[in-house]
Amino acid sequence: MMLVDVVLAIIWTGVTAYAIFGGADFGAGILDLFAGSATRGREMRRQLEHSIGPVWEANHVWLIFVLVYLWTAFPTAFVSIMTTLYIPVMLAGLGIVMRGSAFAFRKWAPTLSKERVMGAAFAASSFVTPFFLGAVAGGVASGRVPPGNAAGNPWSSWLNPTSVLGGVLAIVACTYLAAVLVARDATRTGRAEVASSFRQRALWAGFLSGAVALGGIFVLRIDAPTLYEGLTEPWGLAAIMLSAGAGVASLVAIARAHHHMSRVAAVVATSAIIWGWGIAQYPWLLPETLTVEQGAAGASVLISLIIAFVVAGFIAVPALVWLLSLMERGILGSDDVTTQAGSSDALIEELSSQQA
Amino acid sequence: MYFATEAGLAAARYQMAISLGFHIILACFGVGFPLVAFIAHRRGLMHRDLDAMRLAKRWSKVMAVLFAVGAVSGTILSFEMGALWPGLMGPFGDVVGLMFALEGVAFFVEAIFIAIYLYGWNRLPARLHLWTLLPITLAGIAGSFFIVSVNGWMNSPTGFSVAPDGSIVDVNPWAAMFNDAVLVQWTHMLFAAYMVSGFMIASVYAYRWLKGDRSRINRLGFVIAFSVAAVATPIQVLIGDVATRRLVEAQPSKFAAMELIPRSTTGAPLTVGGIFIDGEVVGAIEIPGLASFLATRDVNGAVPGFDVVDASDLPPVNVVHWSFQVMVAIGTALFALAVWFGWAFLRTRGPPTARLFWVAATGAGVAAIVAMEAGWITTEVGRQPWIVWQRVRTADAVSASTGIVASAITISAVYVVLAIFTVVVLRIIGRRTRAGENVQTPYGPTSVDR
Repeated sequence: MMLVDVVLAIIWTGVTAYAIFGGADFGAGILDLFAGSATRGREMRRQLEHSIGPVWEANHVWLIFVLVYLWTAFPTAFVSIMTTLYIPVMLAGLGIVMRGSAFAFRKWAPTLSKERVMGAAFAASSFVTPFFLGAVAGGVASGRVPPGNAAGNPWSSWLNPTSVLGGVLAIVACTYLAAVLVARDATRTGRAEVASSFRQRALWAGFLSGAVALGGIFVLRIDAPTLYEGLTEPWGLAAIMLSAGAGVASLVAIARAHHHMSRVAAVVATSAIIWGWGIAQYPWLLPETLTVEQGAAGASVLISLIIAFVVAGFIAVPALVWLLSLMERGILGSDDVTTQAGSSDALIEELSSQQA
Repeated sequence: MYFATEAGLAAARYQMAISLGFHIILACFGVGFPLVAFIAHRRGLMHRDLDAMRLAKRWSKVMAVLFAVGAVSGTILSFEMGALWPGLMGPFGDVVGLMFALEGVAFFVEAIFIAIYLYGWNRLPARLHLWTLLPITLAGIAGSFFIVSVNGWMNSPTGFSVAPDGSIVDVNPWAAMFNDAVLVQWTHMLFAAYMVSGFMIASVYAYRWLKGDRSRINRLGFVIAFSVAAVATPIQVLIGDVATRRLVEAQPSKFAAMELIPRSTTGAPLTVGGIFIDGEVVGAIEIPGLASFLATRDVNGAVPGFDVVDASDLPPVNVVHWSFQVMVAIGTALFALAVWFGWAFLRTRGPPTARLFWVAATGAGVAAIVAMEAGWITTEVGRQPWIVWQRVRTADAVSASTGIVASAITISAVYVVLAIFTVVVLRIIGRRTRAGENVQTPYGPTSVDR
């Protein structure tokens, strides 16, 4: 059926966007965790804060988008996943709450030690949240979620080889993405030293991601046969090859400090893994128990979702492009704090100097 | 198994109440604060008013914190919808999905423009910077419509049919969105958001006034915020009247619980206070004919009582009655306060000078939040035992997960800490900005604190 595939593609685009934008966002928190002591890691943490500050909330809208589209287009699959995988789902939700709040509170902390506690809460929840989300993905992909209200095992559905693979891969891939993107930001704002620290971490995380992804294929072979079978078919194989090729290219580009190239390649490598998963699992929504067609909502609902997507495209996308381009041009979020003539701050300065 | 489900149901309802009750406060600020900030910022630019500019900047920092906590506490709600209520989101996820999807679009716009506004203070041209508040304000209005349309649908479900095998067919998501309850519920929520934002922000400045701060900036901050609330309050009272009268037909058992009317009757008295025990209303003050008059505009009008439904289909009447009364009482008091303010403003172009007014205004912020929460409890508890009015019982919709008791406890603990931190951080922002201004240090760009 065409209609449902269109909606599925929209959802998967959302998943990809969340993996990249949200992933880099989590990764920035993980890099914060491994930036070293308060004094040594200071410059790196500042760079991280500038890179994600203006976009972190928008980055996580993709998650809401995916959840909403999933429950609208595939309500049975959605409630089955959410109730069986209740524990990792709620832990991920709490992680998101702690992370965002700690990030917002951090700079208002009254003392350095309290700021560090906030920073630690932000960084630690950035580390555990992608693990739980990856574990949820692993539980679904390995066919451990049967249709029904909490019908699957509440523990083994997410404490299993595929879930651990999904969780670990999410952590290393987020770190890799963030390090690549932030290295570029740091270069652009002329902070060569910080950029090179991030490049180093990008190399490490990139190697690890590649190793986990490749090793993961053997885990899937034993633990998630349906998915494995899909991956060995032509389109699945193509996705794996694309991901591997782009991954290698990005590592070379990182090593040579070609930041634009490394960024594109890293995004391609991550997207290819996400699409490889989707292609391999198709046509199963819940492997072996529920197909896309069986689980799909009616045509009128699917059409309304497509309309909503187009509306969103006309309204939200131009706004998002404007935000990203303001950041890209260093107008927002950069470390350069000079006040531009004609800005609101300039007016405050002018008026207060008149008053004085 | 039965007991596990009973405990699970109680825990799930409690967890949802905590999560929503927390988020709804922040959502109110998300909707109302940008409007208040827009008024200040616009005044600052148009009249080259330093105080107004400083207020807008100060408020943008507060908005940043409130919006962040609101965003994450809203995200977890979208997890909980499915994780706690599969019996709602399973059969009806496709019916209500479009509203959530459009709400997501509104939130996306809000998140993008609030980032641009918060970071644009020293970089964007001032006029453009001011106007980035407009999409935030509009997205808040649109977002509140879409999210409340879901609740309206739960009270007045439309846009689908039930097949002989019980499955939901012929789904029309647009009809579901424009259900019978949405208009009155949405406007009631929207103006509640303006009241909560306006009164709460104003209460901070009222408190400073009581502490002896007679500075112009303090007065301006109060007047801008309080004016928004004072305009919203009378409109809210009118919407509330329409909302209540609508229930006589639409949800008579909810209406009977709100007014505590045991038997359907004509010429029903208004029951002030009182509780319902063993089939009798005890300890109430009764005002003859007033309940009928309010509901039907006729002192002898017929109004529904508890007997319109089986006893097993009644909501917990005392909870509904009391939360309704709390809302109405506070709303009435806030209305009086708004009138006082308006009267004084017409005569003296300024707020009242009586100390009593400022004491009341200091309490008005928290009172507005209490009234909003009480109103929300009225509509939610009043709908029980249904999660979808006369279609799905809450008890049949709950998740069979075993972890809900644990998660409910965890969420409560996290939200208590979060609430404390939010208040502490807001106080720090207030203290620091005041300290900065008292010594006449303009905040330079180095403190470009988002």
